[in-house]
Amino acid sequence: MFGFGILSGLLILPLIGAAFILTLRGDSEAARSNARWAALATTIATFVLSLVAWNRFDTATASFQLVESHAWLTDTIRFKLGVDGFSIPLVLLTTFLMPFCILASWDSIGQRVKEYYVAFLVLETTMIGVFCALDLVLFYLFFEAGLIPMFLIIGIWGGKRRIYASFKFFLYTLLGSVLMLLAIMAMYWQAGTTDIPTLLAFKFPYNLQIWLWLAFFASFAVKMPMWPVHTWLPDAHVEAPTAGSVILAGVLLKMGGYGFIRVSLPMFPDASVYFAPLVFALSIIAIIYTSLVALMQEDIKKLIAYSSVAHMGFVTMGLFSMNEQGIQGAMFTMISHGLVSGALFLCVGVIYDRMHTREIKAYGGLVNRMPMYAVVFLILTMANVALPGTSGFIGEFLTLMGAFRSNTWVAFFATTGVILSAAYALWLYRRVVYGEIDKPALQTITDLNRREIITFAPLVLLIIYYGVQPGPILDTFAVPTDALMQSVQAALSTVKTAAVAAH
Amino acid sequence: MYHAIVFLPLVGFLIAGLFGRVIGARPAEIITTALLAVSAVLSWVSFIQVGFGEEPMIRVQVAQWMSVGDLRVDWAFRIDTLTAMMLVVVNTVSALVHLYSIGYMHEDPHRPRFFAYLSLFTFAMLMLVTADNLVQMFFGWEGVGLASYLLIGFWYKKDSANAAAMKAFIVNRVGDFGFLLGIFTIFVLFNGVTFDAIFPRVAEFADARFHFLGIEWHALTIACLLLFMGAMGKSAQFLLHTWLPDAMEGPTPVSALIHAATMVTAGVFMVARLSPVFEYAPAALTVVTVIGGITAFFAATVGLVQNDIKRVIAYSTCSQLGYMFVALGVGAYSAGVFHLFTHAFFKALLFLGAGSVIHAMHHEQDMRNMGALRRYIPITTAMMAIGTLALTGFPFTAGYYSKDAIIEAAYASHTSAGSFAFLATVIAALMTSFYSWRLFFLTFEGNARWSNADHHAHGHHEGVEHDDRSHDVEPATHADHEHGHHGAHTPHESPLVMVLPLIVLAIGAVVAGIVFHDAFLGHGYQEFWKGALFTRPENTILEDLHHVPGWVPFLPTVMMILGFLLAVYMYIVDAKKPAQLAADHPILYRFLLNKWYFDELYDVIFVRPAMAIGRFFWRTGDQRIIDGLGPDGISARVLDVTRGVVRVQTGYVYHYAFAMLIGVAALVTFYLFRGAH
Repeated sequence: MFGFGILSGLLILPLIGAAFILTLRGDSEAARSNARWAALATTIATFVLSLVAWNRFDTATASFQLVESHAWLTDTIRFKLGVDGFSIPLVLLTTFLMPFCILASWDSIGQRVKEYYVAFLVLETTMIGVFCALDLVLFYLFFEAGLIPMFLIIGIWGGKRRIYASFKFFLYTLLGSVLMLLAIMAMYWQAGTTDIPTLLAFKFPYNLQIWLWLAFFASFAVKMPMWPVHTWLPDAHVEAPTAGSVILAGVLLKMGGYGFIRVSLPMFPDASVYFAPLVFALSIIAIIYTSLVALMQEDIKKLIAYSSVAHMGFVTMGLFSMNEQGIQGAMFTMISHGLVSGALFLCVGVIYDRMHTREIKAYGGLVNRMPMYAVVFLILTMANVALPGTSGFIGEFLTLMGAFRSNTWVAFFATTGVILSAAYALWLYRRVVYGEIDKPALQTITDLNRREIITFAPLVLLIIYYGVQPGPILDTFAVPTDALMQSVQAALSTVKTAAVAAH
Repeated sequence: MYHAIVFLPLVGFLIAGLFGRVIGARPAEIITTALLAVSAVLSWVSFIQVGFGEEPMIRVQVAQWMSVGDLRVDWAFRIDTLTAMMLVVVNTVSALVHLYSIGYMHEDPHRPRFFAYLSLFTFAMLMLVTADNLVQMFFGWEGVGLASYLLIGFWYKKDSANAAAMKAFIVNRVGDFGFLLGIFTIFVLFNGVTFDAIFPRVAEFADARFHFLGIEWHALTIACLLLFMGAMGKSAQFLLHTWLPDAMEGPTPVSALIHAATMVTAGVFMVARLSPVFEYAPAALTVVTVIGGITAFFAATVGLVQNDIKRVIAYSTCSQLGYMFVALGVGAYSAGVFHLFTHAFFKALLFLGAGSVIHAMHHEQDMRNMGALRRYIPITTAMMAIGTLALTGFPFTAGYYSKDAIIEAAYASHTSAGSFAFLATVIAALMTSFYSWRLFFLTFEGNARWSNADHHAHGHHEGVEHDDRSHDVEPATHADHEHGHHGAHTPHESPLVMVLPLIVLAIGAVVAGIVFHDAFLGHGYQEFWKGALFTRPENTILEDLHHVPGWVPFLPTVMMILGFLLAVYMYIVDAKKPAQLAADHPILYRFLLNKWYFDELYDVIFVRPAMAIGRFFWRTGDQRIIDGLGPDGISARVLDVTRGVVRVQTGYVYHYAFAMLIGVAALVTFYLFRGAH
């Protein structure tokens, strides 16, 4: 196909779908319906294509695969794509979640339907681009470009305070990335290339590493989001339409974690070791602080948003514990959280579509009228509190174990998250689902319809399946984690030697 | 066979859970109960094979769970005598409770859900007891926690039930916090979490040190203490006990299965399973002894004054679990496990008997509104009498063998912790006898206080205002409303499906001690356990407890008789005495009635501060400080400027988006070219 490979296909396919939707004329119900079906078909086709990529992927090697490289800005700044064990599961997560977003928007988006789906499909391209880019400039481009459709999705199809939320989102993430851009330029001056595989082998001087690490950290920490730059997330989630929240929590947050593992840890290992205590501290604060904040929320979406921040704390903690359990656990948490929080936001969407409120107070006793919904919500709640047997447990257990091996204090404080998450999640469940139905507005609420059942079934099944058999995902991470460990270990040993020499 | 034992309940759960609505309540009941019955029979077969046959320990690999770096976790069964014994306990009681529930729950519209939960619980418990590694044990551990949460909150319309369910889960999570850290410690030490990787190598680490939270600990001690924290949560030991009495909000069969016979003994099982590790951590064993002793004493004191029939038995359970931990703590693992075994029978019997009483009284649980029931429900009365005798340790019943062995072992240990535990358990034995007979007399003897008692105006029977809470009463389900609570009709004996399990358990409560004490504790010890419980050569406690002074073995029996006589005096002979005593000592009475004010204390120390801090972090931390200094200030300005300019409208949007993309690309290109040249 014109010398383009399967990854280019993944990037182009959503754009083709978007272009097709743009050609639809008029705003009749037929046109809207066509737009929906076109978007659904496109996302499913993209997912199938990503499965093909997955099928061709060899988990036994740490090197980049399905690589393609085309001339772009200069000879050194190329349009280069490729995936390794860290990125392919995230690509799959993205393509997997997209059809659910389209389905979740089916009835709830009533205005500017075509534009909405165009925005989503463009967003998909940029997200896949981030995970496939093998050139830092390309990575940056996709990383930032993703902001725009998300900004529009919140700003146009969002709730009452959407303008505030979208600007907050935009400001935070853009400010972080300015520093990242500077860092990329500095790396280019130093190494003469922005080619990621080359940079992975390049050894940056220690002092420069510190600055570069900080610059990238500014961007990734906002994206993650880490405390104290997390406050954009609850607002963005609350105002975003359901599908926007799903993608925000499911995929966009993972870009931060992916950035850490693609750039910060392997390219600046000395700086990562140096800054690990800082990351640990911020992670612990995130876990405890945001869990307590989540406990007191009055808005369902905000509560889940805060719990996302807490879970991302487990991710950063695991990554910087720099051992197999920590890193693989962190990566697994990202995938698992993508499924669980995505599904949780869909869950909120279900009742929001019916009642048009997210106030916890407005609900209660839903189990009486919506037994199926109660079961789905229960399983997801349990996955959110990391009950063994759900995918949430694997990630949390491994990251905590990794942290424990690295520093018992960190693990001690982070493990309190196990208690706190149970508190806020079960309290939410109790207030929304259990009890009598005593609110008049809820008397006629209906249980999940067929479309919603189709949406939840695969998510719930996967969450349980990966809780019992996490092997397919964990094995993908194993080899690149080993490779990463070796480079970090080498760095650690030089730091130690330097420390000895200094004395 | 072991696949069948463990997975049949799961099959039952899936059938009743997924298709319960389709197939209807009765098929769901029959399917789950039948599958459990098969599991129970197979468990007995395996128990006889493993415990009394020649078969050594078996390992059954099911599948791999996860493999990360050095961490390898399998789904696998480890079948030795300890596991086989637990299989028998869990499946027997579970099968009987399933059967009993067919009668007890017959008015409930959600029966398929109830039976699904029961089977789910059983499956999780079986995964726990068959685990061949700590992580699978944790899976079962949390799984039973989930099932317990669901079953306590089974009547989800009751706010108090929902609160109790949440409390049970969260308090257990506090214990799990320790359990997790314990697993990590073990992993760091042994580089593995399977028992096969741990047990043979424990001696190597007998003197190892481990840094935890900046302190250098004896490695195995800190590991054991952390793991024991998990056991304290699950087994409702002192400080983490508060959830167990509240858990009585669940239907009574649930209390019998989960909160008496099986789940709450998981902590005891865990310590017994890890006996090879605990043996090398004497300091941790001391803690186990002391906590066990305190719990045995504390729970018994509270049990003295409770008025809710289920709560008395709940505190009794708590107290008996304390006994088991005392036994473990002084190194007499088999005595603790034996008590677990016998206790399962007579405590399940007492709970199901109480359920039969509650059933007869149409969901009345307050003993002050009972009395004279002996004439109306004679079989239940007889069964409750057997259970009470076994619990109080009447000679030759099950409790006599196991409980007395524990008290003797505590005496024989000759440590200060052991002496304390001896004292605590002896006094607790007196109180056990008293409150058990108090329950019996209040319920079955004396005057009938139900025929004309107005449900909403209880006489102040014990003289002082009581913490009467209407939610102590199980809800009458829909069909039940029509006959009202205290109409003129008389209490009635329960149907056969409910009485039959009582009889089976009563047989167990009578003979379990005589039949098995030799194997568990006596001469058959080695052949029976085959090393499933590990004791170091210098641990001779089982030998020593046969050589205690002559008065020690009689002491528990004396206590039992004293307690009985005291109860007779206060509740039969001079029925005004209790009220008078309570009036004379109001402070003590309230202190006990309110369970030493633990709930109030925890509310002040933990719950409210957590909420206050959470609100502070949110309102002040996030909104005022972070947002106030950061984005709000900036974005407010931006909004001012852009409000009139940016109109996000059709058409315009794409130009805007496209312009930004181009802009970003142009900026990058510009700087990079400048940099490159």
